[in-house]
Amino acid sequence: MSGESTYQPSNGFTQWMDTRLPLLRLAHDSFVDYPTPKNLNYWWTFGGILTFCLVTQIITGIILAMHYTPHVDHAFNSVEHIMRNVNHGWLIRYIHANGASMFFLAVYIHIFRGMYYGSYKAPREVLWILGVIIYLLMMAAAFMGYVLPWGQMSLWGATVITNLFGAIPLVGDSIATWLWGGFSVDNPTLNRFFSLHYLIPFLIFGVVILHIWALHVPGNNNPVGISVKSEQDTVPFHPYYTVKDGFALVVFIILFSYFVFFAPNVLGHADNYIPANPLVTPAHIVPEWYLLPFYAILRAIPDKLGGVIAMVGAIFILFVLPWLDTSKIRSARYRPLFKQFFLIFVVNCLVLGYLGAMPAEGVYITLSRICTFYYFAHFLIILPVLGLVEKPREIPESISASILPETAASPAE
Amino acid sequence: MNRLSALIFSVFLTVGLTSGLSVSLSITSAEAAGDAKHPDAIDWSFNGLFGTYDRDALRRGYKVYTEVCASCHSMDQLRFRNLSQPGGPEFTAPEVKAIAAGFTVEDGPDDYGDMFDRPGLPKDAFVNPFPNVQAARAANGGAYPPDLSLITKARSGGPDYIYALLTGYEDPPAGMTMRDGLYYNPYMAGGKIAMAAPLLEELVEYSDGTAASVEQMSYDVVTFLNWAAEPELEERKRTGFMVLIYLTVFAGLLFFSMRRIWADKH
Repeated sequence: MSGESTYQPSNGFTQWMDTRLPLLRLAHDSFVDYPTPKNLNYWWTFGGILTFCLVTQIITGIILAMHYTPHVDHAFNSVEHIMRNVNHGWLIRYIHANGASMFFLAVYIHIFRGMYYGSYKAPREVLWILGVIIYLLMMAAAFMGYVLPWGQMSLWGATVITNLFGAIPLVGDSIATWLWGGFSVDNPTLNRFFSLHYLIPFLIFGVVILHIWALHVPGNNNPVGISVKSEQDTVPFHPYYTVKDGFALVVFIILFSYFVFFAPNVLGHADNYIPANPLVTPAHIVPEWYLLPFYAILRAIPDKLGGVIAMVGAIFILFVLPWLDTSKIRSARYRPLFKQFFLIFVVNCLVLGYLGAMPAEGVYITLSRICTFYYFAHFLIILPVLGLVEKPREIPESISASILPETAASPAE
Repeated sequence: MNRLSALIFSVFLTVGLTSGLSVSLSITSAEAAGDAKHPDAIDWSFNGLFGTYDRDALRRGYKVYTEVCASCHSMDQLRFRNLSQPGGPEFTAPEVKAIAAGFTVEDGPDDYGDMFDRPGLPKDAFVNPFPNVQAARAANGGAYPPDLSLITKARSGGPDYIYALLTGYEDPPAGMTMRDGLYYNPYMAGGKIAMAAPLLEELVEYSDGTAASVEQMSYDVVTFLNWAAEPELEERKRTGFMVLIYLTVFAGLLFFSMRRIWADKH
């Protein structure tokens, strides 16, 4: 899709610049004149929304770091200082805390959209893999960020997760000690988590640039999943998608604002307003909602190492998704069976999330095991087999033909 | 129109997903409380989109807090000056000065290296009833009375739970043995609490003539505690409402701009 550049430097300075560092040309070709399929629906607006989330987290995070103290004796109080004494500190902190949830909400919709429309298939495998890397980095950043207020759930969540490394044979304990900087989650752990929590968003930013680059080489996938064939199929990114993405973004911010202003603690856990206490373990240690499905998978396996492998595997299996799906058809619109199984998969993920929040006992364990099995079966059995046995629907000739059925009417009728 | 319905669908799905999450989380917290009785929802003045604190309830609540709660519980995050801030009990500056001066605060060291006592000032933190955790435990049969600055945020069920706890003391059910110094309260996880029922009829004499029933005192003190935990609540909700109006208008403008821009492509 990277055709001839249409950028025309408009004055002496931009001409001078263009022959030395063509930044404006890059921006013009990427976000103004970039040819985009004209049939993208609202599920495609989450890329822009995610960029907004990342930038919001970075800006609010930098301001929070100006007032926060990463020390076990002061962290909790410094967060309350932000809430009570810093001008609009409550607003900045609530945006940052709820922003993490909104970021994950958007990324899950973005990932499921990619799965539904087959956006990971050739030639977009690298684009997909970069996305999975971003998702992994997001999880690391969110986990470490949740530790910083140094409430009860911070300390005990960190203890549970870092203890997982202890499951690694032979070197596990040494790795856990090395991660902690001591023999339990303590001040050195809080310090390094703060440092890494500040670093990771910039790593994400770097990978996002690669992600957009990898998107702009083959161009956007689209709801019908067939490649762009002519200029008829596309519109320039600006103004068509700037306005559409902008509209969707503002609707998203309305939802975001509802949480920030009217329900700022609904998505958090009450225990994190109790200062961390190494001598008192909370009755139920639960991670933030966006990590619950993986927590359910972890606890579904009766063996600690096995649980860790399953949990890590549940994320890493996404890296090979492009090669597990044997169907050449991208969009679920033309894959009647896949469409059904996709819906079951989404429901299965939501049920796993629910189970992750429940205590690991009785029927919840049995259900977690069934859902964990199904999660892996979806990737390892259903997707490979479906591609071989499914009879796809007839695919339109082009994107334009799919939108304007009258021009697509076949003469054979 | 297809586009519009797709949009509405995605908005609903997003809202559905998030509210589903909130619901499942509240189930979680209910679950975590185990066998405890679920508190009833109270119609607080600070609930809802336009919620504000009842100024009189805050002041009465402050009286209940100082005369009852403060004899055992600390309030580390509050300073006397907070009492005159907008959105709180809004005592006048001279009133706050007088309240603070009623407490003795240790300061120092002075130029000779000695610590000294002085009357409190509005800048001082609320005075802790005990010098340290050990002293608090020793005075309370081994149980540590938790700090109250964030108590309505630090318990699932929030203000409803604290209200239920304060008004919910009962005789233990038959067959339950209570160790000395433990009291039965069905809202507490496990049913046993180390705090004796703190409020009795007419324990506090309200200066505005309100009858000090246990329910009234509980309502007032929980309102005060909720303000202590969320002093920004009024400003937050007021700002939030304006933000929502602004964003809705902005979204409308973008929607019609989008229709116009896309008009030739349909």
